[in-house]
Amino acid sequence: MSFMKKLKDKFKQNKEEEKVTKKYKEGMEKTRTSFSSKINNLLARYRSVDEDFFEELEDILISADVGVTTVMDLIDELKMEVKRQNIKETDKMKEVISEKLVEIYYGEDSDQIESMNIQNDELTIILVVGVNGVGKTTSIGKMAYQFKQEGKRVVLAAGDTFRAGAIEQLEEWGKRAEVDVIKQSAGSDPAAVIFDGIKAAKSRKADVLICDTAGRLQNKVNLMNELSKVNRVIEREVPGAPHEVLLVLDATTGQNALSQAKTFSEATNVSGIVLTKLDGTAKGGIVLAIRHELNIPVKYVGLGEQVGDLQEFDAHAFVYGLFADMLQE
Amino acid sequence: MAFEGLADRLQSTIKKITGKGKVSEQDVKEMTREVRLALLEADVNFKVVKNLINRIKERAVGQEVMESLTPGQQVIKVVQDELTALMGGEQSKIAVADRPPTVIMMTGLQGAGKTTTTGKLANHLRKKHNRSPLLVACDVYRPAAVNQLETLGEQLNMPVFSMGTKANPVEIATKAIEQAKAEHNDYVIIDTAGRLHVDNELMEELEEIKSSVKPDEIFLVVDAMTGQDAVNVAESFNEQLDLSGVILTKLDGDTRGGAALSIKAVTDKPIKFAGMGEKLDQLEAFHPERMASRILGMGDVLTLIEKAQTNVDEKQAKELEEKMRTMSFTFDDFLEQMGQVKNMGPLDDLMAMIPGANKMKGLKNAKLDEKQIVHVEAIIQSMTKKERQDPSLMNASRKKRIAKGSGTSVSQVNRLLKQFDEMKKMMKQMTNMQKGKKGKGMKFPFM
Repeated sequence: MSFMKKLKDKFKQNKEEEKVTKKYKEGMEKTRTSFSSKINNLLARYRSVDEDFFEELEDILISADVGVTTVMDLIDELKMEVKRQNIKETDKMKEVISEKLVEIYYGEDSDQIESMNIQNDELTIILVVGVNGVGKTTSIGKMAYQFKQEGKRVVLAAGDTFRAGAIEQLEEWGKRAEVDVIKQSAGSDPAAVIFDGIKAAKSRKADVLICDTAGRLQNKVNLMNELSKVNRVIEREVPGAPHEVLLVLDATTGQNALSQAKTFSEATNVSGIVLTKLDGTAKGGIVLAIRHELNIPVKYVGLGEQVGDLQEFDAHAFVYGLFADMLQE
Repeated sequence: MAFEGLADRLQSTIKKITGKGKVSEQDVKEMTREVRLALLEADVNFKVVKNLINRIKERAVGQEVMESLTPGQQVIKVVQDELTALMGGEQSKIAVADRPPTVIMMTGLQGAGKTTTTGKLANHLRKKHNRSPLLVACDVYRPAAVNQLETLGEQLNMPVFSMGTKANPVEIATKAIEQAKAEHNDYVIIDTAGRLHVDNELMEELEEIKSSVKPDEIFLVVDAMTGQDAVNVAESFNEQLDLSGVILTKLDGDTRGGAALSIKAVTDKPIKFAGMGEKLDQLEAFHPERMASRILGMGDVLTLIEKAQTNVDEKQAKELEEKMRTMSFTFDDFLEQMGQVKNMGPLDDLMAMIPGANKMKGLKNAKLDEKQIVHVEAIIQSMTKKERQDPSLMNASRKKRIAKGSGTSVSQVNRLLKQFDEMKKMMKQMTNMQKGKKGKGMKFPFM
């Protein structure tokens, strides 16, 4: 049985899964319609699989921010596959294309999906990093809300002491989610705030501590050093922490996301990605490139402005979201 | 890293056609492929790239190679000319209304940097144009956005008009203008909430604000890191609001900023300013030609060549090359060369002009510090003549003396000696590679 059929059946059988998938389908409305309709359109216009066909496929993938390197590799692999299976007509291509995309995401072991590393009996520390304006504080607010709903005790540390209004923004989220926010005044040392946060989380017996940090462009060496310091403070105070370092990426970002992922990984130890603003027309093709070139998994995706719209990433649902139209035919 | 400058990409192709008098069609085809990839990697929209490539092909084929340029450089020049033409001229004027206040509206996606840019623009208006702006907090949706603008207003010591988060943005904007008139503020800058361009409801809100306050400028604030989607964003904001200009933010990052080109191509609206840092005075006029070079990732190759030619004495350069080949390069030569390089201008500028310099081993993270150069000079000047000619003389007590004399430490002296040694080896390799070819004396000792 082909992979896509399996995927389709899986989502048909399971009601619970269907709910998740629906969210993805709605949140990715734009992404999906533009992406799969483009591919469908391409398949309809070309009868035979030839150079022109591949060139246009290349354009479609690039327009989704998949990235030149990844697209080139993908096209090469597709060409090989076409040769191997001796495919001449385009109607068989749909499945080959979607399978290759899924393969890139999963790599070798296709069943393993990395989920959040949450400690059961002790404090879990999540450090959230990223460039300016990607939605770090918003994502933290939403995460806090969800952990709280799950019955966990959550503490937030307002480590963005730089941007005007950042502390107030986190406090507002703290109020909404009804969780404590540890802060100092604007302009104070972020490492000190995080240190306070850890002390407070320990004494209040919290389950999860989420640390906010100021947005920083990855080529600012001093700011990246500051981030390493924050990371070291956490490592020193709680052995084994931070349990997750989440890099928040804006889905509308282009190829610079690769540079971000790489540099932030050098300063901290990025364990996962939060892809925000995936609703709208954002394409998020960059997820594939990051996975392909740097091997960092996506752990959360932001599919809307509502608190519940931050979802733990489900690669199956993501791919299903992309190809839903094509599968239903 | 995935990012390769165009110049690096073109290296191999250029090698093949060096020495030819004319650029053939095949050459152009090969080179335009590289140009295409470079542009796509810089996030220029693929449709824009396609049009551009077609034009470049037309122009480049059959062109006589200018005497001073290699065919590769010739193609780069055509590409850069086309890009610069597409980017348009510099334009950073801000409208002035016949009857004050002049109203400016800031729009854009979430996280583009509208609020920060609002503060920067106000600062710019006051500093450069001697105006007194009123800032208006119309972002009632994002938590603490009003607060953020108020804090900025405090830092700048400028009035901020806000009505909390319960009021309607249209009402806030209208009332703000009344206040500006009463308080004699000659500019009003309205900060609106970030919104997705596909969010019809919120886009309509912008139209309502527009029709009620009749702004003289509507700026779209765009993150320079935006990918292929930049085109769609700019197109829909422009369609709905008829923008008057664009402000590009976060250009101090390491993004190539291809979005700039895409936006200009689809909207034909000028990019007026660029955000170059987090501080409130870091808003600069936008320079289209610089952006063209940056997108290509080639540094300013042509300027560098010009600079080098005027500053490096040809004869000296020849002697130097001879020395390098024979490995008789000494600290004296090093010192002399450093002087020549310094004549060309600030080191950081020079480095930025060298294509691929950011990729070179060891140089990537090396912060080019002018002070460091001073240290190096001091160390060399503290050496005796003999030592400069023959570094192998160095022993512990000599090093100690040199460190003392130059006000540095023994470890710094050691580092320099080691670097010098490695440099010599590298130079030998380089000159061996270039044997038979006429070198132009374009070698930098600190590489």
